[in-house]
Order: sequence, then C-alpha cells, then structure tokens
Amino acid sequence: MEALQNLNPWLLALVRVVLIVGFLLSIVPGLIWWERRLLSWMQDRIGPNRVGPYGLLQPIADGVKLFFKEDITPSSIDRLIYFVAPAIALFPAFTLAAVLPWGPAQGAYAYLTPIADVNIGVLYMLAISSLGVYGLVLAGYGSDNKYSLLGGLRASAQLISYELAMGVSLGAIVLATGSLKITDMVVAQEGALWGLIPALQNWNLFTPFGFVAMVVFLICMVAETNRAPFDLPEAENELIAGYHTEYSSMKFAVFFMGEYAAMLVFSGVVTAVFLGGYNLLPVNWEAMNLGFMQRVNDLGAPVWFIGKSAFVFSCYVWLRATLPRLRYDQLMSLGWKSLLPIAAANLILVASWIVVTEIYGAMIGWGFLLGAMFLATLFFLAMQRSSRALESRELLLVDEAQPRTIELVDPGKAVS
Amino acid sequence: MQMPELTPNLMFFGALAGLAALTGVGVVALRDPVRSALSLVLNFFMLAGLYFSLNAEFLGIAQIVVYTGAIMVLFLFVIMLLNLGGQKQSIEPRDFKVPFSLLLGFGLFALIASQLFQPLMHITKVATPSDWGSPQNLGVTLFTEYVWPFELASVLLLLGLVGSIMLAKRRF
Repeated sequence: MEALQNLNPWLLALVRVVLIVGFLLSIVPGLIWWERRLLSWMQDRIGPNRVGPYGLLQPIADGVKLFFKEDITPSSIDRLIYFVAPAIALFPAFTLAAVLPWGPAQGAYAYLTPIADVNIGVLYMLAISSLGVYGLVLAGYGSDNKYSLLGGLRASAQLISYELAMGVSLGAIVLATGSLKITDMVVAQEGALWGLIPALQNWNLFTPFGFVAMVVFLICMVAETNRAPFDLPEAENELIAGYHTEYSSMKFAVFFMGEYAAMLVFSGVVTAVFLGGYNLLPVNWEAMNLGFMQRVNDLGAPVWFIGKSAFVFSCYVWLRATLPRLRYDQLMSLGWKSLLPIAAANLILVASWIVVTEIYGAMIGWGFLLGAMFLATLFFLAMQRSSRALESRELLLVDEAQPRTIELVDPGKAVS
Repeated sequence: MQMPELTPNLMFFGALAGLAALTGVGVVALRDPVRSALSLVLNFFMLAGLYFSLNAEFLGIAQIVVYTGAIMVLFLFVIMLLNLGGQKQSIEPRDFKVPFSLLLGFGLFALIASQLFQPLMHITKVATPSDWGSPQNLGVTLFTEYVWPFELASVLLLLGLVGSIMLAKRRF
C-alpha cells in the first residue's frame, strides 16, 4: 500500500471515486435482475430466465431495448427543467456513496476508502438524500402533465415528512457514538457488546436504542427512495407512471438507474451505521485469540460490506412483495404521528442514558435505559389506544346471507 | 490599484461568489417562478460552498440541509400546487419607480461597500484555523459561551411552531 501512499493526492482521490462509481454503475443491472427474480420467487413465479444463464443478461437486453426506443419529447414541456431532471435524480445516489467506508482504515484498503472521511458525515448524508427530491419534483413540473405534476407534489411532501424522522433516528446513533463521522461509527461498533462482553461486537442493531433507530431508519429509507409500499409518486394505478410518465427511452432509464443505485447506497448506509459495517460477524476475533480470523475479516471487508448491503437490498424487495401501497393520509400519519415521536423519544432516551451512565455507572445506566424504554413503550401503546383510529372502510364483496343465484331476465319481457 | 496574486483559494472564492451573484440576479430577473426558485437553490449551494471554503463545514452543510433540502422544496411545492405559470409583463413601460429604486439600491450598495471594501482589499487567503467551524467547536461554543442566546432562539422556534399549528388547526 506504500505505492498508494506516495501517489499524487488528486490521482488517489480519482482512484477512490472511480472505484465507487464504477462499482455502482456496473452493479445496477445485477440489482434489477435480482429484484425481478426474487420478487418472482416470492410471488410463486419463475421470473426472467431466458436471456443468458439464469436470465442474468436480461437487464442488458432491456438496456439495449431502452436505448434503441424512440425518444419522444412532448411539445409543451419546460425544456431546460425537463432535460435536467433525470441528471439531478441520478446525482444524489452517487454523491451519497462518498462517505461510505467499505473497508477498515488500516490494512489492505487504507487510502482507498472512504472517498471523503468528512467530519460532518451524517449531516452530509442527510443533506444529499434531501436533494434527491429535486429530480422528481422537477420532472413532475417540467413534463407539463397533470399526473406528473401530482407525482412530483406527492414526492416533495413525502420526502419532507420522512426526512425528519430519518434525521432524528440517526441523531440517537450520533449521540451514542459521540461522532458524526461514519467511519467512527463503524469503529465504535467494534467495541465490547453493551460494554460488558469483550468477545462480541457492539453493533448498533443489538443495543435497544439502536434497534428502535434502525426500524425507524429502514422505514424512512424506503420512503426516501420511493419504493413500495411508499411509491406514491409513481403509483401506476392512479398516476399512470407518476413523475416519469412523459420520459421515454434513455431518460427513463436514467431515472430507473438512479432509483436502484440509491437503494443500494442507502442499504450501504444501514450496513455502516447499524450492522457493523465491514465486519463479517459480531465477534472480536482477537479477544478470542483467533488472529487468523481477524485477518480474514479485514481482507474480505468489501465482500462482507457488499453482502450485508445486498441483504438490506433484498429486504426492499421483500417489503415490495409483502405490503400493499399506503393511502396518502396513512403515509402522512405514519410519518408524523408514529415515526417522528418514536424517533424523538428514542433520542431523548439515549441522551438521558448517557447522562445516567456518566453519573451512576454502566450497570445503573443499562437498567435505567431498559426501564425507560419499557415505560415509553407502554406510554405509546396507551396513546395509540386512546387516539382516534384512522378511517377504515368495510366493503362487502360477497354477502353470505343472500342466496347466490343469478336472475336471468326473460328476453321477451325485456323488449317490452 | 494592483491585482492581488491569484491563489487557488481566491479563484475558488471568485467562482463561487460570481455564481452566487449571478444566481441572485436570476432570482429577481427570471419571469418563471419555478426557475426563480431554482436559481435561489443554486444560490444557496454557492453560499454553502463559500462557507466550506472558510472552514465552516457545519454552517455550510446546515445551509444545504435546512434551506435547499427543506425550505426550497416547500417553496417549489407551493409554486407547483398553485400552478403558477410564467408571469405576464406586469411592469408598465414608463414607471418612475424603476429608476428611483435603482438609485436607492445603488446608494445602499455604495454605502455598504464604502465601509466594507477597504478592510477587505488585500485578503487573499483564509485566516481561520482548519477546525474552526467543526461541529465539535461549534457545539462547545454554543453550549458554553452562547448558551442563553441559544436557548432563547430555541424557545423562539418553539413559539413559531406552536403558533403555526394554532393557525393551521382552528378546530380542536
């Protein structure tokens, strides 16, 4: 790695950028194939299996098809905004990947990861992910189509609502780590589990507050990337195709690519912040005198990181196969009345847990945290029971009481 | 007057400041409200870039999170919801207000420039230490030296929040 160290810093930065962008661009067809196959299996279908082995070349065939399709440009569009929107939709996914560490800072991957270890890592992430909405909104506005416009409007309202809960849920992890850097978060997760068991790693998933934050973050993440069940901006049975109705050929493909790249990058964020980053298993091998496994762990870091991200990506598909699309008022009340209060309560709990631990020591701190979380859960359940339920509608499809006979009309009578 | 030496820092500043000024003009001059809002977005980006170049990362990223990520999206939302088209010519050809306001505007600019320009003349590089605007330093400063103004500002924000809910929800 000395060769890298002596490289011109500009060239080194270029190498890091090319590694990430090249990887993301080349993995997107694979992601599309994987989603279609997994979704088919979950729905008891076979899915694309004709082009190439296991249908692996299907996305390439689709890409070629999209490339050669007629590029229809509507006549009454706002030209500048219409053409700029797909580019803006593509940009946040790739920019977001800049702060993801896919390998340890020392060892084989030093100087290669992450692209920029900025000391405002989490804030940078929130800033860039909040820019993702511009592509959708501008596409909706520029197309001069009322369905596109509605899709863009929905996108802006939805993303604003879920960004808040996302930021607050990450705030809890920032408090627990004591740093905004994503690299520091991964290193902090390599500590002893709950500060008690040195052989195991303290992944944020295993701490009570981390688990709550992760659930909130996962939901917000799906909403931020406009995936089912939060794909209201492109709800095809109401809005044709939503914000990208008027886009055809490669411009549509760019939207598609941006969506999948963003999904993978957000999966990477979950991996780094909650799932222990590039570590294979939540085990501190050196504490168990298994230095060999530690070397395996460090050398295979990118593989473990990508593997975990792929698992989170599969959860996206799982959600899509499982849940129907939310109604718009359900979407808003989930974001504002459930996720935001839960995330805020979690943040307050973590802050008071840190204070209690500082004053009374670790054991009382954990006792306090568990007791407070139990009380908070009870409080939330009581609140939910007392609050007015969402409007629910009942629809009678078949009435068992009525005899199921069809009355045939006598054609002779019908004429008169 | 001699030109200052062109350092990379100065070129960076010049590019950002020039674009910020251009987009600032665009906000006022463009007729289409969406384009006007978009140049405001670009303007905020340039401002954030200026903050970054002054080693104030937290301020810069907060600028992007709060203004570009939230407030401007809401602006666009409202503009699209009302479906405002391009504005028709609304200024009468011979309006005495135009030269008058131009005069006043340049007067204000001259007043500010006369005070600010002289001390800023020969500054070509950033004088702040590199961790000056880091989140750590900002947090420590906010919670020690400026804790009362900080708390007062948060109370003000809370008042605004409660007030907006009161306005929006008249029925209880």
